[in-house]
Amino acid sequence: MTALGERPAATARTGSTALDLVLRFRALGLVLALAALVAATTAVNARFLSAQSLRDLLFAAAITVLLATGMTVVVLTRGIDLSVGSVLGLSAYLTGSLLSSVGVPVPLAILTGLAVGAACGTVNGAIVHFGRVPPLVATLGTLYVFRGVVYFVAGGSRINASDLPGAFLDFGSGTVLGVPYLFALAVAVLAVVAVFLSRYRSGRDLYALGSNPEAARLSGIPAGRRLMGAYVTCGALAGLGGVLYAARFGTVDASAGYGLELDIVAAVVVGGVAIFGGSGTVVGAGLGALLLAVINNALPVLSVSQFWQQAIVGALILAAIALDRLVGARTARALRRKAAADAD
Amino acid sequence: MPTRLRESALMRPLATWDAAVIAATAAFLIIAAASVEHFGTARNFGYIVLDLAPILLLALAMTLIVTTGEIDLSVASTVGLTSAAMGVMWNAGIPLETIMPAAVLLGAALGAVNGLFTAGFGLPSLAVTIGTLALYRGLSYVLLGDTAVADWPRDFTSWTLGTIGESPIPNVLIPLAALAAVFGLVLHATPVGRSVYAAGASPVAAAYAGVPVRRLKFWLYVVSGSMAGLTGVFWTLRYSSARADNAFGLELTVVAVVLLGGVSIFGGKGALPGVLAAVVLLTALQNALRLAHVSTEALTVVTGSLLIVAVLAPNLAASARRTLRARRRRTA
Repeated sequence: MTALGERPAATARTGSTALDLVLRFRALGLVLALAALVAATTAVNARFLSAQSLRDLLFAAAITVLLATGMTVVVLTRGIDLSVGSVLGLSAYLTGSLLSSVGVPVPLAILTGLAVGAACGTVNGAIVHFGRVPPLVATLGTLYVFRGVVYFVAGGSRINASDLPGAFLDFGSGTVLGVPYLFALAVAVLAVVAVFLSRYRSGRDLYALGSNPEAARLSGIPAGRRLMGAYVTCGALAGLGGVLYAARFGTVDASAGYGLELDIVAAVVVGGVAIFGGSGTVVGAGLGALLLAVINNALPVLSVSQFWQQAIVGALILAAIALDRLVGARTARALRRKAAADAD
Repeated sequence: MPTRLRESALMRPLATWDAAVIAATAAFLIIAAASVEHFGTARNFGYIVLDLAPILLLALAMTLIVTTGEIDLSVASTVGLTSAAMGVMWNAGIPLETIMPAAVLLGAALGAVNGLFTAGFGLPSLAVTIGTLALYRGLSYVLLGDTAVADWPRDFTSWTLGTIGESPIPNVLIPLAALAAVFGLVLHATPVGRSVYAAGASPVAAAYAGVPVRRLKFWLYVVSGSMAGLTGVFWTLRYSSARADNAFGLELTVVAVVLLGGVSIFGGKGALPGVLAAVVLLTALQNALRLAHVSTEALTVVTGSLLIVAVLAPNLAASARRTLRARRRRTA
């Protein structure tokens, strides 16, 4: 019995090492690109590597890393969540107004943000799973709806830093060993999700659902529960992102996070997460988010006009998906050759 | 004959959705004209036509692309980039008679890039056009920064805003109607239109039936880019302003209108009349809300909800029908 039980596990392991190599290669490529960019920028201006500039960089990256982590979970299942920018705005405004008007303690405010995000994620998940609406359409719709709700709640008013408790703002601007709390929090969340996705059965289920939904369902994976889980996770992290946004900037109005979804999708795709699911890691997505933040901060140092930033993001997306196709085609050919050799 | 039978069976649920959207549009127009002050006036009719023109131009090509099962999210950025390029050419002293066709050609070239990456290299159109959405918008900022080119010749801008003689019919209505008719004829009455449906319903089957699926999709992206270029010309002249952020975010409205018009996001299903009605409905709704001093924020909620309901309603209806049939079979 044990022998029978072990054999599929062994084949699964060989399969995943080939995949692991590709993914590791991708992460390595991202690290190399990051290093090259940082080295080139530092050569132009040594202050790019100063503690102050690095801290600014990590502040800027914290929210995108966090949201890219959540987005990865959804994209792995062949989904997409375009509503993250609106969810971030809604959560930022609601937690901000709770803190300024009612004066709730900071941990409770964070929980509120998480809850608001999770509620939005539940709506997305329900429309996708129960309504069988394609994720692109569903979250495009909720992008409008959630943003409309923020406008409804906020009207023309805004929350200023002076309305927020000092402890909350300290959390937003404080650092531990030179690393902003916000970035440390984002990395901690990323690490938890990374372990969950690679080591836990329900995490692997998400990959299965993304590679072949039909086969995953037939093999007994509770598709509905997993999909709901993925959208709720993504929503909750966008909600947490809203709290970080309020803490970092202090001022929140109805347009907070507008258009952010594009940057997040870009980070995830550049990070090597396949847009049609089943492949990629949160570490890659996190590195993608970091790369975009470094590009953003390096442009002024390299005296390239800030106007180039978005064009570079677009070119990176195209390059990333073209590269994925090339690597994918090569791996498929290698696997086919190996299968043919095994058959002989 | 069997094909004719199957076709009509396929078209039946669509016809009802189409009819529903058209009826809803007509009902809304009548109610709004009766209850909203100034809505039914000739002048307001002109405003509505000007407002719906860019959405309509982009939705015509988007209908074909979505029907083949693909998507083009870069259309609004293409409008922005062609508009920015027009500004640069105008500043360089090139006459407008040359700039306008050049803008449409530029749009076609930008569409060809989309076509090359999607149909040519076989990459997912969603990811590719999100990439070109960022790329084209970024390039328009590279061209114009945050400046605007606003000194367009009065003859052209006033023609764009003007009406035919003394009548209340806007000048742009004639080319709009002609383009809508051409797209409608191509989609519903030519072999090209049939291959669009075939490619969307099943690319493999269509390829075996001799439809050049990849070439078809490539040219549809070129058409979509050209229409976006034309929209760029219209946008620039209508607002007398070439800016990098022209038509920002319009792609979402266009996709919303196409889906609301009954085109399936999975491809293979849809018809132009429904899309046209959806364009009118959305623009008129926006206009009426503005006239009634309802905040435009309410409209974002309405647009978003309509988008979801447009896909959700047929799904729920289908599953309800299935349950009903199953129950009937059990009782029988």
